[in-house]
Amino acid sequence: MRIAKFRITFWRAVFLLILAAGAVATYQRVVYGLGAATNLSDQFPWGLWIGFDILCGVGLAAGGFTLVAVVHIFNIEKYKPILRPTILTSFLGYVLVVCALLFDLGQPQRIWHALVMWNPHSVMFEVAWCVMLYTTVLALEFSPAVFEKLGWTRGQQMIRIISVPLVILGVILSTLHQSSLGSLYLIVPSKLYPLWYSPILPILFYVSAICVGLSMTIFESWHSSRALNRAIHQSLTARIAQVNAVCLAVYFMIRYLDLKHRGVLNLLTVPRIETYLFWLETGLMLAGMMLMFQQRIRNSPGWLYLSSLLVIFGFLANRMNVTLTGMEASSGVHYIPKWTEIAITLSIVAAGFAAFRLAAKYLPVFEEEQPARKVVEPEPAEELEDYAVASR
Amino acid sequence: MSLAILYDSTLCVGCRECERACAKRWGHPYDDKIASEERISAHKFVAIQTTGDKFARRSCMHCVQPTCASVCPVGAMQKTSAGPVVYDETKCIGCRYCMQACPFQVPTYEWSSRLPRVRKCSMCADRQAKGLPTACAEACPTGATACGDRDQLIAEANKRIAAKPGEYYPKIYGIREVGGTSVLYIAAVPFEQIGLRTNVPMEPLPALTWRALSAVPDVASVGATLLGGVYWITHRREKMAAEERAERKARRRS
Repeated sequence: MRIAKFRITFWRAVFLLILAAGAVATYQRVVYGLGAATNLSDQFPWGLWIGFDILCGVGLAAGGFTLVAVVHIFNIEKYKPILRPTILTSFLGYVLVVCALLFDLGQPQRIWHALVMWNPHSVMFEVAWCVMLYTTVLALEFSPAVFEKLGWTRGQQMIRIISVPLVILGVILSTLHQSSLGSLYLIVPSKLYPLWYSPILPILFYVSAICVGLSMTIFESWHSSRALNRAIHQSLTARIAQVNAVCLAVYFMIRYLDLKHRGVLNLLTVPRIETYLFWLETGLMLAGMMLMFQQRIRNSPGWLYLSSLLVIFGFLANRMNVTLTGMEASSGVHYIPKWTEIAITLSIVAAGFAAFRLAAKYLPVFEEEQPARKVVEPEPAEELEDYAVASR
Repeated sequence: MSLAILYDSTLCVGCRECERACAKRWGHPYDDKIASEERISAHKFVAIQTTGDKFARRSCMHCVQPTCASVCPVGAMQKTSAGPVVYDETKCIGCRYCMQACPFQVPTYEWSSRLPRVRKCSMCADRQAKGLPTACAEACPTGATACGDRDQLIAEANKRIAAKPGEYYPKIYGIREVGGTSVLYIAAVPFEQIGLRTNVPMEPLPALTWRALSAVPDVASVGATLLGGVYWITHRREKMAAEERAERKARRRS
């Protein structure tokens, strides 16, 4: 018991340390500008904040739309227990992405310009609108938990009325947003290393986002079951892992064909830093996929958790390669983030964990949604099973 | 008529009068130290780059279909009908996508400023509007930098190459590069030998992202229909199942 208590204080100390460093870094950023707070330059204008905080952040938030589509569109209700924590994670992810954006923008006080000064030819314009609209959709999708806590049934009912279009809108916006982050890099054919530059970057980004979205669902289920102190039914996550493995296989097939048709397969053996990082990214995701293809792994919560982590880290490596390492050779400079960039990134991640804990503590996140609607007559269990089998 | 600049590397003697005139015109500091910086920056919009005994003038290329203007989410970068690519600092939100996207690594940033601006050559759009030449062309003592109508400058460049075929590399840089630029180069040697980027695509870059962006309405409408349809099917199946159950129950009861 004493050890457990020490652990908590240790993590709190780490948390406070990170926030303190983040506060100093924020002061530097606000008072002395981007030059003092980052290692960015005219040759390397996008760094860790764009590459990790924004591109990885949005990718990891993909669990939300994937699971929403599974539960609400495909009507596979048995995944409902993990829906709320997943939506919450995605919502917080998007809020943190916006926070990171405010650090990164040179003129953050003009962020609203994107609302009124339109340039529909800009991918960044699409990204801006997707962030804005999808954050709103996620807030609405999560709002029933808040209304439930407040006992405001009218609010719950209102969300329920618009729930179908809301859910469809959310999935569409996510599709556009995930792919548009890849489209951002379509404009740099002579700058991004050919292992990553591809005319189908938006498709690769979208498919890999679905893969990592499913892995995030497994990851979150594992944490949810620990928080709930009861095991999430292993068959649920095992099934997700099965789908995840197939999605990853599709992703790798597209990725391989893309490299083949662009005639750059020979680059896979060139002794360069880019090659090693490509294999790091691919190796991590491949390992995750191989594990997920095996029933023994899928039925073991620990191993399944590990395989989802492999996919997540492989995904992060991919996004960092596109945004940072793949851009370095052509830029003519070597970019390593400054401590202030890292401190702010860590603070944002820490704030996310803290916000999630608080929300989980005070809001009905891990509880089954209280149905305020007319309950469809209670059904005998075996008939439900029959239906589930028939629908497969 | 579209304004442009023709730079003839064979005429350039590296006196840097263009740099000095540009600094004066923008109110930038200029001294020996800044003169020795061979790269454009937020305080130096034109820079003479030395490669051996050859010179190359670096500045914004004022592309015919500028990448920066296409990527700017708020339209702060614009290609004017007169030719120059100009920047509206009151619109800019500082996302730096223009810097990331520019194939020539041109836009620079005021990194030490609290509320920084993107900085780059404007081809003296204000001076040209009054009928004046660009500050750099006016200052150039050898005629290495000349400004005028793009088509006429191309004709002039071809004339020079034809007149002294032994002294020129027989191509003009900027005619086809990224779909054409309003800053044109002729030189004695292939352009990569004076530090110009020859790996840039020969098509305008904005088309690359437009191909993806123009699919957005289709993705949204087909996607919404598909998702709506799937929703209808999956939920109808559930409704049917419930009805069947009710029927079975009724039959059992009777």
